Amino acid sequence: MSIKETVNNPHSHWMDGTGPESDIVISSRVRVARNLAHLPFPHLLSREKAEDVIHAVQTAIENRVFREKMGKMELTRMNELTPVERQILVEKHLISPDLLEDFERKAVVLRDDEVLSVMVNEEDHLRLQCLLPGLQLNRAWELVSRLDDGLEATLDYAFDEKLGYLTACPTNVGTGLRASVMLHLPGLVMVNQIKGVLGTITKLGLTVRGLYGEGTEAKGNLFQVSNQVTLGQAEEDIIANLISVTRQLLGQERAAREALYRERREQLEDRVGRAYGLLKHARVMTSDEAMSLFSDLRLGIDMGIIKNIPAPLIIELMVLTRPAYLVKVTGKDLSPVERDIYRAQLIRKKLSAAQQS
Amino acid sequence: MECERCHQRPATVHLTEIINNEKRTMRLCEQCARELQAQAMGFFPQINLHNFLAGLLHNEFGFPTTGPTVAPAGARCEACGLTEAQFARQGLLGCGECYRYFGPRLEPVFRRIHGNTCHTGKVPERTGGKVRVINRLERLKAQLREAISREEFERAAELRDAIRELEKELQEG
Ligand SMILES: [Zn+2]
Ligand SMILES: [Zn+2]
Repeated sequence: MSIKETVNNPHSHWMDGTGPESDIVISSRVRVARNLAHLPFPHLLSREKAEDVIHAVQTAIENRVFREKMGKMELTRMNELTPVERQILVEKHLISPDLLEDFERKAVVLRDDEVLSVMVNEEDHLRLQCLLPGLQLNRAWELVSRLDDGLEATLDYAFDEKLGYLTACPTNVGTGLRASVMLHLPGLVMVNQIKGVLGTITKLGLTVRGLYGEGTEAKGNLFQVSNQVTLGQAEEDIIANLISVTRQLLGQERAAREALYRERREQLEDRVGRAYGLLKHARVMTSDEAMSLFSDLRLGIDMGIIKNIPAPLIIELMVLTRPAYLVKVTGKDLSPVERDIYRAQLIRKKLSAAQQS
Repeated sequence: MECERCHQRPATVHLTEIINNEKRTMRLCEQCARELQAQAMGFFPQINLHNFLAGLLHNEFGFPTTGPTVAPAGARCEACGLTEAQFARQGLLGCGECYRYFGPRLEPVFRRIHGNTCHTGKVPERTGGKVRVINRLERLKAQLREAISREEFERAAELRDAIRELEKELQEG
């Protein structure tokens, strides 16, 4: 599969909904930061030297030993893509938005199934990433570590005996590892326990992020939990800690859902039903509104209230209704209002197709 | 007011993000806000760590310090030319060598961010050399202490054998 197919296909393996605990854990992500020895970090890199980094990575992935170990991976310079295509890679979570800035000197390496990627010349020379559906942090680390070894066979890393892998930002030094899970926690939000629960987590060396719009609820009730410390703990320990905290969160979220079903069943079914109704019939839909309705509908599916919609479709819709995809699908630039109209149309079409099949 | 992200266009959008239960409002231009929103599920904006770090660094680097042990203000990395002031402002180091130039003054920062100043994780396979063996040895020794304290003597014996193997490997180089 080429990069063009990647941007044309709205689906990515991480959206499959196949991994363990995938009713609550949307995805697991592991990324490591690596830099090449004897070169300034990207923000101080001259245009020619930035080119040298891209070239070195290209050579590394074409190396026979690398190919045998990792299979074929394809390098694409960001300037080979249109702005919409670049944005789609962000919406699919394959690259970070930072790769869009000053993109002339940046590149991305992708494996066919989009599970593994390498960002070149982002904040660090290399950012290796593995993205899998459900709770699969150990597997993700295994894959990233193997990719790391494959690259290190030809690349000299900036590494210090005492400090470990050297990174542009000192918050990443040591392992350079950031492991995270994306969690859907509508139950804890509805029973008003989310603040307390998340407050506890931050005392365990983890960071919790939720993105809030105008209101007070996290958009789509999605939360990202990741490790804060990168120095002084082995990768396996960092990941084991994150897994054990995630498991506790899963237990609490399931308990909250059960309590809701037991004690406020009418209200819960009403909320899910309203979300479903709006998504099926609305003609104009903002991205914020869609995110919060998707969350309610997804909860209804996970709890068996809604039976004929497959859960992974909701994740796919979350990506498919982002701005760049709408532009891609319709093939033209859209005003915000047109975007809201196309978004509603697309959601109606996808939901009725799912019902019929 | 200028956009916090690109520092170029005027800030017209206010985005509130909650990190660890603390509200932080980002003032952004429309384009930056759109770029950040596009990734709203999954890649949450990663710009705040720098701000957070810059706050810490301000204490270590931002003020002219008077202590006699501290390098003169305005010191710079000889390899890439990054100055302390640049570092304090951006929160980014310029190259691997910077860690040597700014090292002693970074230690308190490491302690505050990581609670630690020493790497104990993975070591590059090809270029890591002895460090790899030494780190593995230290981990095994820690496991051995734990096994003994839990009175798991069979496991302890296994660990002792593995440690002896590695020590031999180290001596033979
Ligand atoms: Zn801006
Ligand atoms: Zn430097």
